[in-house]
Amino acid sequence: MSNMMNVWKAKKIKRSVRQIRAEKIFRTSLVLVSLSILVIVVAFLFTLVIQSLPSIKALGFGFLYGKAWDPVHNIYGTYPFLLGTLLTSFLALIISIPFSFATAIFLGEYYPRGWFSDFLKNAIELIAAVPSVIYGFWGLFVLVPIVRSLELKIGVTPYGIGIFSASLILTIMIIPYAASLGREMVRMVPSSLKEAAYALGATRYEVIRDVILPYSRSGLFAGVLLSLGRALGETMAVTMVIGNTSVIPKSIFAPGNTMASVIANEFTEAASSLYLSALIEIGLVLFLVTVVINMIGKRIIKRFTTQ
Amino acid sequence: MIILLSVLCTVPLFIILIYIFKEGFSKISWHFLINMPKPVGEAGGGIANALVGSLLIVFYASLIAIPLGIMCGVYLSENQNTRLANWTRLSVDVLQGTPSIVMGIVVYFWVVKPLHTFSALSGSVALAIMMLPIVVRSTEETLKLLPDTLKEAGLALGLPYHKVILRIILPCGISGILSGVILAISRIAGETAPLLFTAFGNLYFSTNILKPMESLPLLIFNYATSAYDDWHNLAWGAALILLIWVLLLNIITKIITRKWRVQF
Repeated sequence: MSNMMNVWKAKKIKRSVRQIRAEKIFRTSLVLVSLSILVIVVAFLFTLVIQSLPSIKALGFGFLYGKAWDPVHNIYGTYPFLLGTLLTSFLALIISIPFSFATAIFLGEYYPRGWFSDFLKNAIELIAAVPSVIYGFWGLFVLVPIVRSLELKIGVTPYGIGIFSASLILTIMIIPYAASLGREMVRMVPSSLKEAAYALGATRYEVIRDVILPYSRSGLFAGVLLSLGRALGETMAVTMVIGNTSVIPKSIFAPGNTMASVIANEFTEAASSLYLSALIEIGLVLFLVTVVINMIGKRIIKRFTTQ
Repeated sequence: MIILLSVLCTVPLFIILIYIFKEGFSKISWHFLINMPKPVGEAGGGIANALVGSLLIVFYASLIAIPLGIMCGVYLSENQNTRLANWTRLSVDVLQGTPSIVMGIVVYFWVVKPLHTFSALSGSVALAIMMLPIVVRSTEETLKLLPDTLKEAGLALGLPYHKVILRIILPCGISGILSGVILAISRIAGETAPLLFTAFGNLYFSTNILKPMESLPLLIFNYATSAYDDWHNLAWGAALILLIWVLLLNIITKIITRKWRVQF
């Protein structure tokens, strides 16, 4: 009898030792995985900085405002690309803001439920789901001829491709980011505020203008920042329609280049190590700018949702 | 006015979808899916290497990213306020915001340089890093919504911690986790920029993970910007296939989220 009890106790102890070890392994592996993601991001930054060190040492700060990008003579100035990126992104942002805000208000205030709201919401999310090469492809074959005929009518050189076409494609692509976030923010306005305004005799438009928009102002701004972050980092669609000329664009209808598209085009052809390092420094600048903008946007959202 | 602007947003989308369907539909056939691209000037040809390459690269990327992402999401949802959790959340946000071309650059230096060759492996690694934030975020959000009583009931019955997580919590949140995973897959299926200098593209049929591999978005990019009509036709067909793939994955996500959701 006591023999059986001993065997049973021994089995129980062995099983629980094994269990505790399995638990420990599981917990440690969870911690390790999270640690590895942190390490990946730090290593990201590290790699970018180390690989662009030769260029930083050789070119210094003149890199950022040098006006000529001439790899053949080893002259590297990223001002054309900074200008191209800023022009395309801000133009796209300005054109897309009315659409995004209108959609956000429409889906958040007028039709929060219903079949039409579901349809519109799914359609907007579908815009974000379509791959960017398809936008670039369509833009190259459909939008560019249209812009070309428009330029003929206006009287500028009918390139077709250029900053304007790239901005148009970017506009379509970044609408969902501000629209979806804006819709959530508009829906979070407390009903008591809106009902109080209605009770005081405000019209629907006045409620939107004076209650909803000021309340969700920071949230809408965060959505705009997220859209901007997306526009800054967009590579493929822009590369296909912007014309890839590394000079300062003469006008909005001229071809140009953005930071992302110059990396995409010239990385595999970079002959000297200084050339490669200069391209990676552009990547580093792009990385820092996009990350900062996205961080600010997310911080605003977090502050807004935990109010 | 507001209604007009909102509806106008969707007009470009439908124009694009209809145009691609119209252009690509006539190019797709069984012949198109099975054959290799032909040299310029010869009619016919297909996109077999890109189809298989895309599937393989996405498969390997998912293999890397899904376990890592789910485990990280579990850790983040279990430990809300530890320092490691906060820093990890910050780094996941940073990863989500990085441009895809920068990811390609970094993976070039991590995988392509040491192996001295472009490879499908490096492409998969780049795409896996892009998948991670989406999977981690969706797992964390799903598991945070589950009530604590589930976990406490499991622990109270004497189950070890790993069994509670793997057998109780994860199956309960499977709809959210699966929808996050499928969303991530549909996102990376269409990514070109990280593959530009990691997987690089291949004119021949290859399933070797250590050699360059062609992929649908790469093929579309290269053939669309080329000067040959034959290649443009191939690109239209490939664009249609990519579009259908992405749309199908999105629809499946929506169906899964609705049907398998566990309500509390």
